[in-house]
Amino acid sequence: MAATDIDVKYVAHLARITLSPAEEQKIGAQLGNILGYIEKLRELDVSQVEPTAHAVPLINVMRPDEVRPSLSNEEALRNAPAKANGLFLVPKIVE
Amino acid sequence: MLNQLTISELTAKLVKREASAREATQACLDQIQRVDGQIHAFLSHDAADALAQADAIDKAIAGGASLTEHPLLGVPIGIKDVLAVKGQPLNCASKILGKFISPYDATVIQKLRAAGAVVFGRLNMDEFAMGSSTENSAFGVTRNPWDTARIPGGSSGGSAAAVAADECIATLGTDTGGSIRQPAALCGCVGLKPTYGRVSRYGLVAFASSLDQIGPFTKDVRDTATLLEVMSGVDHRDSTSVPQPVPHYAAGLTGGIKGLKIGLPKEYMVGGLAPEVNQAVQEAVKQLQKLGAEVVEISLPHTDYAVATYYIIATAEASANLARFDGIRYGARVDGDDPISLYGNTRGAGFGPEVKRRIILGTYVLSSGYYDAYYLRAQKVRTLIRQDFLKAFEKVDVIVTPTTPTPAFKIGEKSDDPLQMYLSDIFTISCNLAGICGLSLPCGFTADPKLPIGLQLLGKPFGEETLLKVAHAYEQSTPWHQEKPAIKT
Repeated sequence: MAATDIDVKYVAHLARITLSPAEEQKIGAQLGNILGYIEKLRELDVSQVEPTAHAVPLINVMRPDEVRPSLSNEEALRNAPAKANGLFLVPKIVE
Repeated sequence: MLNQLTISELTAKLVKREASAREATQACLDQIQRVDGQIHAFLSHDAADALAQADAIDKAIAGGASLTEHPLLGVPIGIKDVLAVKGQPLNCASKILGKFISPYDATVIQKLRAAGAVVFGRLNMDEFAMGSSTENSAFGVTRNPWDTARIPGGSSGGSAAAVAADECIATLGTDTGGSIRQPAALCGCVGLKPTYGRVSRYGLVAFASSLDQIGPFTKDVRDTATLLEVMSGVDHRDSTSVPQPVPHYAAGLTGGIKGLKIGLPKEYMVGGLAPEVNQAVQEAVKQLQKLGAEVVEISLPHTDYAVATYYIIATAEASANLARFDGIRYGARVDGDDPISLYGNTRGAGFGPEVKRRIILGTYVLSSGYYDAYYLRAQKVRTLIRQDFLKAFEKVDVIVTPTTPTPAFKIGEKSDDPLQMYLSDIFTISCNLAGICGLSLPCGFTADPKLPIGLQLLGKPFGEETLLKVAHAYEQSTPWHQEKPAIKT
């Protein structure tokens, strides 16, 4: 695909970021440039290579499923922008 | 002056009662008062809280507290604004966190406190650790103590500048693609990125979870060893921390590096390297040879693909990690007619340009139809990069490179060109992709203006002991770590 084809408005919506028209244009041009650079990875044949998700050979780190101390309701809500009755307040979702 | 001392110098004075922890903390606060108007390393600091911690430590010293049990006794340590310190603000140098106050201490902060440190201050950084210059902070740029027209590096620019300007004895930063080593090089201090899994990240705001590590900034290599030993170890609250024993790093600094094999990757000594940086690194290699090390040319053939790989993997992980900043549970909120527009408005107003750019890039490379072409391919190239290093480490003990291609650049010089900014991380990025450890220490200065040059040492996974031993031997045979910037006030 052509790197400059990125639909910034659509991707910004997926990312839940509202952009101004000026931002859309600027970010679109910059991402086109960056994606053009990233294209160089196509030079490599990786058909026989396993992907690396992270560099440490740990798998299935388990712990007993036990109740442990955690933040109180009050502490968990302390940084909330809007709260009531011990709950987070959000805009109306269902009419 | 007490604020100019190293950890080992200061703690020696404190246990001999030649000075108090309160005096040491006050000396740092005075230095902040004197120079931070110029440097702007700190976003904020709670002087009363720092002095109260110092007083408690003075009482413990009077009660016989020892350095064996508390190796950081009375040492003022500044914290990057990305680590949770209970009761203190946490902003990641972003507007989106609003007036967030941390409800708990990060594991590394608990460990510093248990070791007797005075934990204080919120150090400036690129917003959410995304950047190489600290220009992406929502709260103003930090200036390089060696030349205030220049950047201190990033993203941990505040952490590096505070140590270089003697505003703290040591600081903590984080490194996802070079964010400790690059500012350490540009500000002339020692900075270490530990092996992935060496230090618990509980209480660190995540940027790219397969790459992030927390590490120290100090004035010399011994202090880095002391601090690393305190910070390291497995933690049940971070399932990526590795149950590997923690060596006595400082005790291992015995000086001798005779017979150690040092690898010089031929791919790192090419175009774009500033002549003075090249020369300083060549001199450093000669010095290591004089100390008895054997220098071997090695090859890391996939070096040229590291920046592209990094900017796919790091942005993809960031786009997922930063989804939590939604204006619902914490931080600032910008209202909307429905939840979706509330998210969009909050994130559109709360994130700065670089963070938006990276989240959008990360969302794109993970999106339907592009995942295989970008993200999966990058993960495979990451395997090749990691194999390059593991192969090289079959032949050598440590790899030596420049930390950065140039000394500190001017504020504003690269801020309009994200790709040029990304390419300035070319020597530091592979270390995170490979999950190995890396350290930067001073290896000279440019002539005019006088700016620090950094030498990077890369080590095997959990090879910090060897890394520190080589760094210490080099440092003790050269004068660079004793130089201090002259800050105009």
